[in-house]
Amino acid sequence: MSLELVCPAGTPAALRAAVDAGADTVYCGFRDCTNARNYPGLNFDPDEMAEGVAYAHRFGRKVLAAVNTFPRAGDAKPWHDAIDNAARAGVDAVILADIGVLDYAATRHPDLRRHLSVQASASNELSIAFYRDRFDIRRVVLPRVLSIEQVAALVRRIGIETEVFAFGSVGPMSEGRCFLSSYITGLSPTSEGACAPASHVSYKEDGPETLSRLGDVTLNRFSHGEAAAYPTPCKGRYVTHGRTSYLFEEPVALNAIDILADLQAAGVTALKIEGRQRSRAYVTEVVGSFRKAIDALDRGQAAAVENTLASVAEGQRQTHGAYTKGWR
Amino acid sequence: MTNTANGKLTLGPLLFHWAPETRRDFYARIADEAEVDSVYFGEVVCSKREPFSENDNEAIIRRLEAGGKQVVRSTLALMTLDREVAAARALAESGVLVEANDVACLQEVSGRPHVIGPYINVFNEGSQDVLIRGGAVRIVLPVEATAATVRVLASRSAVETELLVFGRQPLSVAMRCYHARSHELTKDSCQFVCGQDPDGLAADTIDGTSLLTINGTQTLSNGYLVLLRELASLRGMGVTHFRLSPQHVDMVAVARTYRAVLDHAITPEEASGDLAALTAETPWQNGFLHGREGLAWVESELQPA
Repeated sequence: MSLELVCPAGTPAALRAAVDAGADTVYCGFRDCTNARNYPGLNFDPDEMAEGVAYAHRFGRKVLAAVNTFPRAGDAKPWHDAIDNAARAGVDAVILADIGVLDYAATRHPDLRRHLSVQASASNELSIAFYRDRFDIRRVVLPRVLSIEQVAALVRRIGIETEVFAFGSVGPMSEGRCFLSSYITGLSPTSEGACAPASHVSYKEDGPETLSRLGDVTLNRFSHGEAAAYPTPCKGRYVTHGRTSYLFEEPVALNAIDILADLQAAGVTALKIEGRQRSRAYVTEVVGSFRKAIDALDRGQAAAVENTLASVAEGQRQTHGAYTKGWR
Repeated sequence: MTNTANGKLTLGPLLFHWAPETRRDFYARIADEAEVDSVYFGEVVCSKREPFSENDNEAIIRRLEAGGKQVVRSTLALMTLDREVAAARALAESGVLVEANDVACLQEVSGRPHVIGPYINVFNEGSQDVLIRGGAVRIVLPVEATAATVRVLASRSAVETELLVFGRQPLSVAMRCYHARSHELTKDSCQFVCGQDPDGLAADTIDGTSLLTINGTQTLSNGYLVLLRELASLRGMGVTHFRLSPQHVDMVAVARTYRAVLDHAITPEEASGDLAALTAETPWQNGFLHGREGLAWVESELQPA
């Protein structure tokens, strides 16, 4: 089986670009707090979702709707509406994280295929089995904290499809359970869908340097001319033992393009490209590169693909993340 | 021992890697002297720590139970290794009351009474209902819960509701060990450096502001969550259990102070004075409950519904 290429779309234009560049599947979200990339100017209204589905289906591709945040108490309606609207738009599956939302979707729309979001942080056989057995999920998006050996072991045991991250940022924390951004800003990624929201980001000149800040907290410092990375709490510099370091994660991008054969051998069904917040040009470039790599792999020419993605990689340095030993 | 109508006090699991003798002495004193109703016991952060003190566990549990405490066995918050999953399965099958901190446990304890720990996201009625149907008898709400969330969930709950009211706030768990990274080591070669910091390792901002505390693979707040002024409101919302998270301070005295406030024996203001003497330089935080950034300190009552 060829690896399924699952690509991000933050806008209808990005969806069409992803399909045109060779995505097998595109994932997107509604324009509200129900998805984990709730940033200004991004995402789809219900009509745009339906149009996106029609476009993708015309070329035999699929669309997934991410409804992967956690409803606030007393306010489940936006999440229930999102599920209903996704079903009405004819999406091929919904990507869910909250136990209550999973229950709603399984009860109200039993025939709508359900995937488990990385935001559910299901990192082991038993967690995945819980969601599989209770809510009949057909695919799990695995957290970015597992080695290839661990991925292979899970694939053998869980009896459902797996989707793994192939390109994008490295998430060192257990996703869906990280409260660092709300600790600093008061806005919750889990229920409002925005980690390090732009409304709380600022840059301040400090002599020959620029400070990047989130809320009232300084997360990094750059000399003029150096690319100033976006101030996300887990990508900041901190001081421990009097020494400054990237304590949680270096400014690097996950890029698994040269270990696709290993992921395929591990039995992975689908590769996820991260970046619904990124531009259409990014989508075209990354999707096109992975399309070529997967096609080459299918022809038995894995070594023939050159890795040319450094220019779009975050921080422009690349890593295999947790897939290879030594990361943890 | 306590007036149930005023709410019960619990001691959360010890999150830090204390030396075996320190841990034994700590729990002996808790068993004999602390005015808490339940004690959560077990390693939550890192399974590599477990061999150091596992021979002590049985005696500690016996002593806690002899001291009249309900003992709840806490699981890891993030399991990825086969032996970690197997240990959770064995614990669940042993029939003890388990605090599930990873959804993995639910696959084993469903249908039997268990506690949902604060590392499983319960932010709404839908997830609360599913978990109660699965046999949860007590749900510890996540640290990020606002008063609005607590009010909705605690008031409608058919089971007990617990909330953290004292101690560093757990902000994230990871596969990677930041304590090891801070010593330029990795999780596999960690040399158990987390044991050097009984109250965690300070991680400050680059401009010298105190912000976070590292505890192995876990990230905590730099400050202690202190909910004293809010206790009566929380009890009124239907919160039944109030959790104290062990810190490297006199936890027996902390428990005494909270107990006195719950029992209306002293005012929150009097209690604040007593507690400040125990917590020394560590700042206090309560922002999450007040709908603010979690690091904030809000000097006001909770807004009425």
